[in-house]
Amino acid sequence: MEIGKIVIIGLISVMLGLILKKQNPEWGMYIRVITGILIFFIIAEKLGVVIDIIKKMSDKIDIDLVYIGIIFKVLGITYISEFGAQLCKDAGESSIASKIEFAGKVFIITVSAPIMLALMDIITRIIP
Amino acid sequence: MDITIVFRIAAVGILVSVLNQVLIRSGREEQAMLTTLAGLVVVLFWIIQYISDLFNTVQALFQL
Repeated sequence: MEIGKIVIIGLISVMLGLILKKQNPEWGMYIRVITGILIFFIIAEKLGVVIDIIKKMSDKIDIDLVYIGIIFKVLGITYISEFGAQLCKDAGESSIASKIEFAGKVFIITVSAPIMLALMDIITRIIP
Repeated sequence: MDITIVFRIAAVGILVSVLNQVLIRSGREEQAMLTTLAGLVVVLFWIIQYISDLFNTVQALFQL
């Protein structure tokens, strides 16, 4: 029944946002931010369960935990940069949103550098 | 993590916009702008706390 709670919170905050948007639009922005944070906190512990499941599966297939860690880092960076970029787009500032997304991509590349290096090693070893 | 924060923000927003209109109608535009600014700052302090909680949770969850 958690999903019902989330949908209700979303609908209520959309209504409040519409009410507040007429006089001064910045309050709509506050409502959007706080709703995004609330919904994330509701799914936070479920997300923890999903992450533990992925870790257990990776232990069985004995994938190196470093790579799983990098995947989680990339997920975290993506989530936060998407959170900020969407909020900026909603407020109509698409240029700032694209800057945030670009910065997120740069961070993802820097975090996933070890994987790319490992891939290059494998490729160079295959091709004599 | 309940919805009362959303209602609190909406209440402050409605209150400030009403005050804003009243002050504008009575000819005090400066005070109207100041009350709007004050309302924004108050709510910003609340929201900054929630945003820092969000970033800490994401950091802990994804081992950033």
